[in-house]
Amino acid sequence: MIEILKGGLLLVGAIFMFLAALGLVRLPDLLTRMHATTKAATLGASLIMLAVALHFGEVAVVARALGVILFIMMTAPVAAHVIGRAGYFVGSRLWHGTVKDELRPNYDPLTHELKSGMETDANAVHQPRENDPR
Amino acid sequence: MSTVILSSLVIMSLALCLAFVRLYRGPSLPDRVVALELFSSVIVGIIGVVAIATDVPSLLDVAIVMALMAFMAAIGFARFLERGGPRDD
Repeated sequence: MIEILKGGLLLVGAIFMFLAALGLVRLPDLLTRMHATTKAATLGASLIMLAVALHFGEVAVVARALGVILFIMMTAPVAAHVIGRAGYFVGSRLWHGTVKDELRPNYDPLTHELKSGMETDANAVHQPRENDPR
Repeated sequence: MSTVILSSLVIMSLALCLAFVRLYRGPSLPDRVVALELFSSVIVGIIGVVAIATDVPSLLDVAIVMALMAFMAAIGFARFLERGGPRDD
């Protein structure tokens, strides 16, 4: 029973990783590529680590495998966010079929100022504070 | 069981090859960074399968270090990219 479960987890994890790589090659721009790789590769690595935990079945190994899963699950979104942000700011081109880019009209790349779209004439005026750099 | 291990290793090697295609072609540097991240994830998976195949649980430590270094590298690359400002490559 455990053998079958283990084999299934291994195969499904490997296939998820292959799908992630396929998406990385086939999809048109940076953000869609990241959408393919971060999720599918995280899931694939987690499934394979689950198979490792099932195979050994000792407390020390299971704890380490679960630790790997937890670490991957915690760091993958952070890394994806940071890379996506950097990629947007260095001007990587979006796919020509992109429907909406809400950051472009509201964000000023020179001053790094982000508008909420709710500004009125009164509150849009920049009000200097005492500790502002001059 | 050995068939399953062999086939999953083959599938993950194919994934590595596809990621390498993107690493080679990638029109911009962020694309290449994403390919490198996928590299490390796939290598964590390969290390897990090898740990099962050889019955050596210590290999998990290698997987932990691999995941950690990939995270550090991603953060470092992103800092480097943002410092550089807009680029056209």
